[in-house]
Amino acid sequence: MERLRQTPSQTVGPFFAYSLTAAQYGYPYDSIVHHALLGPATPGEHILLTGRVLDGQGTPVPDAVVELWQADAQGHYRTAPLSPKDDDGSEFTGFGRVGTGTQAGARFQFETIKPGAPAAGQAPHINVTLFMRGSLRALHTRLYFSDETAANAHDELLNAVPPERRETLLAQAVAGLSRPSYHFDIRLQGEGETVFFDL
Amino acid sequence: MEPLNFDTQPPHLYPEYKSTILRSPTRPLMPVRELIKDLSLPVFGESVLQKYDNDLTKNARVNGEPIGERIKVMGRVLDESGRPLPNVLLEIWQANAAGRYVHRAEIHDAPLDPNFLGGGRVLTDKEGRYSFYTIKPGAYPWGNHYNAWRPNHIHFSVLGHQLQQRLVTQMYFPGDPLFEFDPIFQSVPRHARELLIAKFRMDWTEAEFALAYQFDIVLSGRHQTPFE
Ligand SMILES: [Fe+3]
Repeated sequence: MERLRQTPSQTVGPFFAYSLTAAQYGYPYDSIVHHALLGPATPGEHILLTGRVLDGQGTPVPDAVVELWQADAQGHYRTAPLSPKDDDGSEFTGFGRVGTGTQAGARFQFETIKPGAPAAGQAPHINVTLFMRGSLRALHTRLYFSDETAANAHDELLNAVPPERRETLLAQAVAGLSRPSYHFDIRLQGEGETVFFDL
Repeated sequence: MEPLNFDTQPPHLYPEYKSTILRSPTRPLMPVRELIKDLSLPVFGESVLQKYDNDLTKNARVNGEPIGERIKVMGRVLDESGRPLPNVLLEIWQANAAGRYVHRAEIHDAPLDPNFLGGGRVLTDKEGRYSFYTIKPGAYPWGNHYNAWRPNHIHFSVLGHQLQQRLVTQMYFPGDPLFEFDPIFQSVPRHARELLIAKFRMDWTEAEFALAYQFDIVLSGRHQTPFE
């Protein structure tokens, strides 16, 4: 079988915003992927997901791109093509993208739903992909929920992570906000370094 | 004959590119191929595209043509086994002919072009083909080291069919004298750098309109079992 060589990865650089996240940053171009993965009538528990990307000195990275890909409340990944029009406000894309350059403290913020477990042996989770200046390759990780203790205990992938590093994959429930919220800090290096995946 | 080395990816840490020092993981990546069974990414339909998304010489016109050398970039998106990948979303962005980005934090003292944004997007067709028109981007200085300049390049974001086919890369132009001075380009293993350089295609040029370049993109395929 013919085998071709993969195109090498290169950094997203600092200047992606007017193409990848134009609407969020206020550039005169439309966006086809957004910080909101849902409509007002999407079934499931609507949540706010915030977080930061922290470098080796603990400084929040202000020019990262964060992408989410997740199942809906029933645990199903979307297979229908994504389209810009959302007819009844219930459409769930499952795919979101945000840059860390528009919120105080270089936070990212998504509006989404808490996913269902996609399969037996899996806890509810969200696939997270990161790009940034200073990163020559995509970084892949997974976000689990701190309040899903029972499900997390039976998650095949989480159980394969060394116990002392599992917490780096847990988004922490934040109490006292108007809607259910979770916070997920991604640490690129050092103490509490997030587990990144080789796909 | 030397066996072909298939590892074409740059390392996460490449100290000559200084920003990697504090932003690259220090622990080994966790192999998860056996644990993640289905990684399909979302598919985009034609309806996400606007009329001039594939023509950066037209999609931001205000009062005339953008300045610079008009070019056409064409190619195919394939997986490692040579299968064409249809319906792959390519998002592109670049500097203008003077080497200036529209991005607000850009501080290079070169002119903006009122008729050029530098952003666009295309989907591959059934044979994995894509094409777009743009203006050849200029080189620009950056702060990595004294007198650092980026070679001319176009940024590509590629959404393949599976999570491991999510690629962000840069396309370069043949014969650029800045290659040997650019740590981002140099971060790629020597034998694989040619994969980032578009081919000039005289036979694809449009007479009296645009020169043409070919840039094929190969995405990681799920490693197939020998039984398939
Ligand atoms: Fe650039």
